[in-house]
Amino acid sequence: MNALRALATLAAGMLFGFGLSVSTMVRPEVVLSFLNLNDMGLMLVMGGAVAVVLLAYQFAPRVLRRPVLDDHFHTHPSAWNQGTATGAALFGLGWGICGVCPGPAIAALGTGNLELLWALAGIALGALVQGLRERV
Amino acid sequence: MQSLSSLFPLGWQHYLVGGLLIGSGAALLFVLTGRIGGMSTVFSSTWSYLVQRPFFQQARFVESRRWRLVYALGLILGALLWWQGWADGAPQHTTLPWWQLLLGGFFVGYGARLGNGCTSGHGICGLGSLQWPSLLAVLTFMATGFLAANLFARWLV
Repeated sequence: MNALRALATLAAGMLFGFGLSVSTMVRPEVVLSFLNLNDMGLMLVMGGAVAVVLLAYQFAPRVLRRPVLDDHFHTHPSAWNQGTATGAALFGLGWGICGVCPGPAIAALGTGNLELLWALAGIALGALVQGLRERV
Repeated sequence: MQSLSSLFPLGWQHYLVGGLLIGSGAALLFVLTGRIGGMSTVFSSTWSYLVQRPFFQQARFVESRRWRLVYALGLILGALLWWQGWADGAPQHTTLPWWQLLLGGFFVGYGARLGNGCTSGHGICGLGSLQWPSLLAVLTFMATGFLAANLFARWLV
């Protein structure tokens, strides 16, 4: 990976992690408070993020012929099938139990919330077991 | 204003600003490098360094594992910047017991990878690219998340 691209990726990640902290989504209590319908904040977080990403995904490929530091724009098509349905249902189940999803589990380390290493370990373990059960 | 404070008892501005910043991070990644930056794939792609099974050695993991780790490192540094510059710098704590974090985390990791996406992959990137399968995934995990959180809160009290 060329150095400039690595730097750009790091900067983008920093903006993402800074935003997760500002939004307090790095605190499982806040996420659980949303899922218990006590605080609708997560809707604003998601709405705000989707709005910006939507603009970028729609307009960047029309305005620029290629990304600033690479040769083509990627796409990541999602599909609705058994795996997506079961996976999303199980993901939600776990999310409702611990209030932590992958982004916050990583970002929380930067806020000194080392208890969330338990969640990070759980996520890594879950991803490992999923991959081991998969036949390619 | 009464209804606004009942919907957002802790205020609403930081949620919106935080969301816009999160979106700006994913947007910046796309504009500069052309990549779609969901956060759950890093948990599979990083295992490709250690586990030789064909599933983990797929090109989509091996070829993306380095930038995904750099992106994850950025997440930690961005949060660190906020913690040191904007918060009081005291370590954040959670009152949730360790087993609840580990158990929930396991299903989060297993489910996100089986379903090819999490709150950022399906939620932010999927909805941001107007994909209806991602919308269905979001509605599904919101529904089971709501159920699990409510049952768990009641069961524990």
